[in-house]
Amino acid sequence: MSTASVSVNRRSFLKVSAAAGGGLMVALYTDAFADLLAQGRQGGAPAAPLTPDAFITISPDGIATITGKNPEIGQGIKTALPMLIAEELDIDWKDVRVVQGDVSQVKFGGQSAGGSTAIPGNYTPMRQIGAAARAQLVAAAAAQWSVPEAELTTAAGKVMHAASKRTIGYGQLAAKAATMPAPALASVTLKDPKNFTIVGKNKVGVDVHKIVTGQALFGMDMNLPGMKFAVYEKCPVFGGTVVSANTEEIKALPGITACFVVAPGPSLANGVAIVADTWWTANQARTKLKIQWNEGTTATNSTMGFDRSALEFSKKAPQTVTRNDGDHGVAMKEAAKTVDAAYQYPFLVHAQLEPMNCTAAFKDGKMEMWATSQTPQQGLSLAATACGIAPTDITMHLMRMGGGFGRRLANDYIAESAVIAKNVPGVPVQLRWTREDDMRSDVYHRAAGWHFLSGGVDASGKITAWRDHFVTVGKGTMPSGSATLGMNEFPARFVPNFSIVQSINESGIPTGPMRAPGSNALAFVMQSFIDELAHAAGKDPVAFRVALLDSTPLPIPQTQGPGGGGGGGGFNAARAKGVVELVAAKSGWGKRTLPKGTGMGIAFHFSHSGYFAEVAEVTVDAQKRVKVNKVWVVGDIGRQIVNPSNANNQAEGCVVDGLGQAMGLEITIDGGKVVQKNFNQYPLIRMKDAPTTIQVDYLLSDNNPTGIGEPAMPPSIPALCNAIFAATGERVRSLPLIKHGFSWA
Amino acid sequence: MAYTLNVNGKSVSVDVPGDMPLLWVLRDVLHLYGTKYGCGVGQCGACTVHIRGRAAKACQVPVQNATAAPIVTIEGLSADGSHPVQKAWEELDVPQCGYCQAGQIMSAAALLATTPKPTDAEIDTAMNGNICRCGTYLRIRDGIKRASGQPVNMTTGRGE
Repeated sequence: MSTASVSVNRRSFLKVSAAAGGGLMVALYTDAFADLLAQGRQGGAPAAPLTPDAFITISPDGIATITGKNPEIGQGIKTALPMLIAEELDIDWKDVRVVQGDVSQVKFGGQSAGGSTAIPGNYTPMRQIGAAARAQLVAAAAAQWSVPEAELTTAAGKVMHAASKRTIGYGQLAAKAATMPAPALASVTLKDPKNFTIVGKNKVGVDVHKIVTGQALFGMDMNLPGMKFAVYEKCPVFGGTVVSANTEEIKALPGITACFVVAPGPSLANGVAIVADTWWTANQARTKLKIQWNEGTTATNSTMGFDRSALEFSKKAPQTVTRNDGDHGVAMKEAAKTVDAAYQYPFLVHAQLEPMNCTAAFKDGKMEMWATSQTPQQGLSLAATACGIAPTDITMHLMRMGGGFGRRLANDYIAESAVIAKNVPGVPVQLRWTREDDMRSDVYHRAAGWHFLSGGVDASGKITAWRDHFVTVGKGTMPSGSATLGMNEFPARFVPNFSIVQSINESGIPTGPMRAPGSNALAFVMQSFIDELAHAAGKDPVAFRVALLDSTPLPIPQTQGPGGGGGGGGFNAARAKGVVELVAAKSGWGKRTLPKGTGMGIAFHFSHSGYFAEVAEVTVDAQKRVKVNKVWVVGDIGRQIVNPSNANNQAEGCVVDGLGQAMGLEITIDGGKVVQKNFNQYPLIRMKDAPTTIQVDYLLSDNNPTGIGEPAMPPSIPALCNAIFAATGERVRSLPLIKHGFSWA
Repeated sequence: MAYTLNVNGKSVSVDVPGDMPLLWVLRDVLHLYGTKYGCGVGQCGACTVHIRGRAAKACQVPVQNATAAPIVTIEGLSADGSHPVQKAWEELDVPQCGYCQAGQIMSAAALLATTPKPTDAEIDTAMNGNICRCGTYLRIRDGIKRASGQPVNMTTGRGE
């Protein structure tokens, strides 16, 4: 069994110790902290299971408490990683309780939610931890019965000795197991996947019961005795600063605890904090705030200006050349058919349903925080920097999150919360953003982009020429975050005369990762333009793609890195072809007669190590009202789906997300400010407009398991747009669709 | 100003400004955290509760207007998660992040109270005020069908 990429620190080792009441704790420690541990980090007393220090705690009643180490944003990882541990521990899933790990590199190794990396990075290490605990229990039974370990088997939380017909539960062995030496992680034997009893089976999310009964669970549900509430007013223009504010007047209002200006810092915007007895009081006081802002240079940014300047760039020589194969100009002259097309997509915000919030209490130089974050270890460091204390003086608890989508990769609100709490020592404070705050202060907008494409096909219908003048946002020659087009983005390497060139719209709008960064926009452009060329060539869109994937690609030079889609990993044409062909078969592509006004569209995309092909079938009426009849999804994310129920949910959600973005979502900038204020101006897709059937299938391939939360999303948008073309003959080259008169049926 | 509310079958007294939305009274004063804040403008439905048995958005109801009628929140829908909608949500593993789901469940429960076997069109209408950003709409629809004893589309597997 290969250990692939191991997110558990390489210097990690297991520590086994007794838990309260005769239990077993299996924890992970790194040697840098061994001295500290030897001194008894917790004063000798083992931690109670509710504040987990260990990955696994087995109590005498046989219940295993397993820590989910990673942030849970709705991707299901709080269920999936413990499933991997439980599988190798060989315990009945009903005897497992899952708790959320606190933020600690020392205890848990890496903790993050981003890049669909949790499954590829943890698939083997989590299994090893479970297997090590199982080995520990087996060793204890062998010692107790004086029999060789090789004669023992395990199942459903019990150790069995067939020869003597003896059976003992893990709970009864826990105390003895705690005295046995810990095995080396890398040496433990892992199960043959064909013997899996938990992994690969549908498991309901571990928090679902709490969710459906309304129990406190999320960041904003945190409550502490004497807790007060904070709001934080920032400049509506990105990067703007406070010149003056009437903080004294605000302080004098009833119910107000404090009002002060927060100085800017790393990932911390300048602004005015108000702390009050209730959040309602704090937020009402904002209406009386009088702040003079210095709006700064971003105030000149506008969507209209960006659009205008992108068009001007398209007529000029590019600023930089990203890639240039063959001779595009000559190939265009020799092509049988050519197509020129300008594609564009807007800024977006994440719009995760739970607005930013964080609870913090600062007392006697120590900070305790209850945070939502996709990168909580970085959040902890940022909080320490922001308020000038040592990271070791911060304890951070991780709360369940009402969505992430990449927004919580940034920890700006954690820095705000820490600084505010430090200003009112001894008082726990919950910082809570409004939806309006969330929409105007997203520091990771999905970047808008403009692509001026020209392509050609030869008489045989093969793509011979492709040029993309990519206009992006950035500063100088540096694109903004997640606003890049890599040199190996498909169909790079598969077209002989191929160039990507680039120009930059000077912008102060902060951008960054949103679910399937880059890919969420690029798949729309590339897969739509491929469809245009297929149409020009008179070829079937599926056959055209298969032929493209069958052509011999240019090699990726070693000096260029792997490239080929977000999350790294080289693009494998055979895997892409596999999902294209399977989704065509599943959807009955070319086999069904569709009524007038109904069409099917296909798209595929590779990102985050996953290959996804999707087909949408839509019906569009004369008023351009679109009904998505069905979507078929086929994904190749390796040999094992850890929790199919959750993976299917992610795939369905990815499709619904993509369709919603495509139809209605756009953030516009005017005067350096976000124009849209709330969901009435940012119409997220609703139930009546979502398809009622999304069929998800997996092409299980002999590759290591990878993630699904991102790569399933990008193809949904071009599949929809290509289906609209098939149904109507109208090619959509810019998003959202509502700008072209489309609406949901 | 003191107001007396009837929440989940209990009479409670709160001393808050009259214009404070019921949402914040429930969450910050009565510590009932199941009712969520998503937008504050009645767009997302994460704060859906029952007022006199009908689905209502708690962010749009000033507490001074909420004194006359019984209010039920997700915590009061059943004592133990045994309401058919809650059970169906668990069986079909509906949530992703879960933040919107209390509101979705309250809208669905209000629908089923008046329409025991809703059609797809009736489900669409009743659920139109609730946004699920994660896009679990297919499972929400299935959950309503399961809770109302109607067949569920299991093309793609869900739940155990």
